[in-house]
Amino acid sequence: MLVLNFFLFRILPGDPERTLTRLQRVSPSTIEEVKRELGLDRPLTVQFFDYLGDTARGELGISYVFSRPVSEVIGNALWPTILLLGVATVGATVIGTLLGIWGAWRRGSTVDTASLGFSLITYAMPEFWLGMLLILAFAVALDWFPTSFMSTPGLTDASAGVMLVDTLEHLFLPALTLVLALLGEFALIMRSSVIEAMNEDYVTTARAKGMREALVLRKHVVPNALLPVVTLAALNLGFIVSGAITVETVFSWPGLGQLTSRAINGGPDYPLLQGLFLLFSVAVIFANLAADLLLGLLDPRIGRA
Amino acid sequence: MNEANGTLLEIENLRVLYEVRGVRAPAVDGVDLTLRAGDALGLAGESGCGKSTLALACLGLLPRNATVEGSIRFLDTEVVGAKPGRLRALRWAGISMVFQGAMNAFNPVRRVGDQVVEAILLHEGVSRSEARSRMQELFEHVGIAPRRAADYPHEFSGGMRQRVMIAMALACDPPLVIADEPTTALDVMIQAQILNLLAQLREERNLALLVITHDLSVLAQVTDRVAVMYAGRIVEEGSATELLTTPRHPYTKSLVSAFPVVGDPASRGIPAGLPGDPPDPAARPPGCAFHPRCPAAFEPCDTIDPVLERHGSRLAACHLVAEEEEA
Amino acid sequence: MSAQATRSARSVRLTRRIEAFKSSARLFASNRMGVAGLAILTVFVILALFADVLAPESRLSVTHAPGAPLEPPSAQFWLGTDELGRSVLDLVIQGSQISLLVGFLATAISILIGALVGITAGYFGGWTDVILMRLTDWFLVVPFLPLAIVLAALLGRGLFVIAFVIGIVTWPGTARVVRAQVLTLKERPYVERARALGASDRQIIGRHILPNVFPLIFANTILVVAVAILTEATLSFLGLGDPFSVSWGSILESAFAEGAISLGAWWYLVPPGLCIVLVVLGFTMCGYAFDEILDPRLRER
Repeated sequence: MLVLNFFLFRILPGDPERTLTRLQRVSPSTIEEVKRELGLDRPLTVQFFDYLGDTARGELGISYVFSRPVSEVIGNALWPTILLLGVATVGATVIGTLLGIWGAWRRGSTVDTASLGFSLITYAMPEFWLGMLLILAFAVALDWFPTSFMSTPGLTDASAGVMLVDTLEHLFLPALTLVLALLGEFALIMRSSVIEAMNEDYVTTARAKGMREALVLRKHVVPNALLPVVTLAALNLGFIVSGAITVETVFSWPGLGQLTSRAINGGPDYPLLQGLFLLFSVAVIFANLAADLLLGLLDPRIGRA
Repeated sequence: MNEANGTLLEIENLRVLYEVRGVRAPAVDGVDLTLRAGDALGLAGESGCGKSTLALACLGLLPRNATVEGSIRFLDTEVVGAKPGRLRALRWAGISMVFQGAMNAFNPVRRVGDQVVEAILLHEGVSRSEARSRMQELFEHVGIAPRRAADYPHEFSGGMRQRVMIAMALACDPPLVIADEPTTALDVMIQAQILNLLAQLREERNLALLVITHDLSVLAQVTDRVAVMYAGRIVEEGSATELLTTPRHPYTKSLVSAFPVVGDPASRGIPAGLPGDPPDPAARPPGCAFHPRCPAAFEPCDTIDPVLERHGSRLAACHLVAEEEEA
Repeated sequence: MSAQATRSARSVRLTRRIEAFKSSARLFASNRMGVAGLAILTVFVILALFADVLAPESRLSVTHAPGAPLEPPSAQFWLGTDELGRSVLDLVIQGSQISLLVGFLATAISILIGALVGITAGYFGGWTDVILMRLTDWFLVVPFLPLAIVLAALLGRGLFVIAFVIGIVTWPGTARVVRAQVLTLKERPYVERARALGASDRQIIGRHILPNVFPLIFANTILVVAVAILTEATLSFLGLGDPFSVSWGSILESAFAEGAISLGAWWYLVPPGLCIVLVVLGFTMCGYAFDEILDPRLRER
């Protein structure tokens, strides 16, 4: 898996030369100079190993847009994204799961049909559009929330409590956007998982033992229904990341997503994009591994001697 | 009032209809059964004859698309149409069940011991630790090391799992245990073990057993009486040994010859297979439901539906038997 | 008489296929969701086809815009105007062309590659399978948007680039599903028989595997189109689209860049997004209906 990752990067180091010449019309001699400066005149394999070495050391090049080391730029944007994604993922998972259980429990009811419809619609919506609509409605029209950024400019010396509230205010709409966008799929998957679990034999056994329906649901159905959800959620991590990019752009939230946007529009800023891409891929791979581990913990059938 | 003569279960004219795609078809079509304390009754028949449906009906566990008519009385409770609270109290403490295919009957993500303890705690107001020690006693009794209570269902072999299933069924000390295909999918050796266990438990606790199976050799060992079901009705009933050695109804005859009786070498001849399939509940043949497959079918069989009649100690629903009796 | 009685195997197969198609069509027609979805899609396709008539290029000229900038909806401009004074309605109608076109193109690329990989990996097995599956898995793990962004950034801006990029990013899903199906089909008795009779791989694939895998590919296609259109919108919004053509995503990009939000210019923001939602919904609903036809189990209500 990692091998293939590097395959892609092999092409990338070769590009700066091309893009530089595309950005500016420079004379051939200048190109030569630049090439030598960036070490691009050395054979490709050497370049590749250089790149590997640099990456391992955390040296990802210099961003065109910011004229600062890529690793520094990315480092600064890391926390906001973690905050936003963390809150949104937790929110979407919890609400989505609950909604899914409810829908399966009261199958065919108005709540069920409504949540199904809702999931369908939010799936069809581009999340950035949803974000823009929410800003229009709640921040512009109703003025309940700020329209963008992570904090009110100029509010740097206030007390920690005020800062916290300020951040939360700014966090609300972008988090809401992401939650709404991700919610649908979780609910859908959980719902079908619960329906399937309810048809299993051990549920009949539980009822035969004289258990109340609600208890059967809680103790037997849900724990088993959660298992496939974890697997599927892991597979969908790519969507969460993608959602983050567009939503951060819309809200000018100073995280990795916004950074990506600026990298595209200001260049394109290849070193930065490379770095971001690397980070995103590693993060998703990591998260997949974590999900596998989690599944191993939750399901006693996996991995036990 | 029924405790006086020891009747535990009294089923009267039971009909269970399933609704599938707008069509209502009877899976159980008029069954009468009586079980007294300590009785062991076997219920035999091919798949689809309604035996499992009957078992589920006794516990009120039928799915939503099933309609139940008639009466199932357990002690002084009427199961048909009982309120959910009453049903829940009855389940497991009054009648418990050993399910078919113990693999799926257990929750795969919970420890086996916990699942048995759960059953105890649902009906008895004892502390958790007491429930645990009861559970461990039960395990020992059925031949499982108590430390295995901490294991998960998939860690047991088929036979062991069935034992755990039996232990769980006894958790609340019910007077009646229904065993639905208790030995299907087990090795012959293990089958014998499980059957011996059942017989032993029955003696010790004066347990009433309703054993459901398609394998007659199983019934020979554990039950006193056997009832044979076909197309939702009982077609023959009598003492186990008599019925299995001298079956009267043609269907029983073919069932008996299909399975060699354990311990009876003479029956191990080449089984005479029965052509055809059981009838679709929604499309019951006219007259006797068995007549299309019956090797001895004659005049009235395709027009008049035979009634279950008593011939001495035997009950049979067959024109042939009736004729033989008259002779 | 006997010549009539012995119809060629081909014509028998053909009539059978037509019958199967007709019964599927009838099933589809009875599914309310599917019909609704199809209706929505028809509207948009017609819109796209006649876009040049309904919203002529002339009205979208950057220099000779018909109206004043950022006007709210009025009798003259049903959906108001953009920052250059062009009618938003015109923009949206024109946008349908590109959005749908790119969506379809990307899907074609994606399905082609995906089906090819899936069938090859599933049918030939062995090393081919292993290598192809590793490749597919890698694509599936890597988050699709960053990948698309990197590729688009590298390859420059343009319609075909976008379509290509989306196709590249989405084919693994189809490949996986197709491969699974091919694996089960491979074991069917008629395939073994064909092989015993000496049929070549190409013949077996063409005559036995392909027709049976086709319904699955078709169902998958519908879903991929939905994803493709959403992805096109996202890429355009982020600035990677074709700067010279109008698509719903690019309209949203302009709207955002011009601060339509803070100015409260909802007429600029709502319509393009709404169109995307409706089209994607249309495809999804058709996809569900089709799923129910394919898998009779789902039909039980």
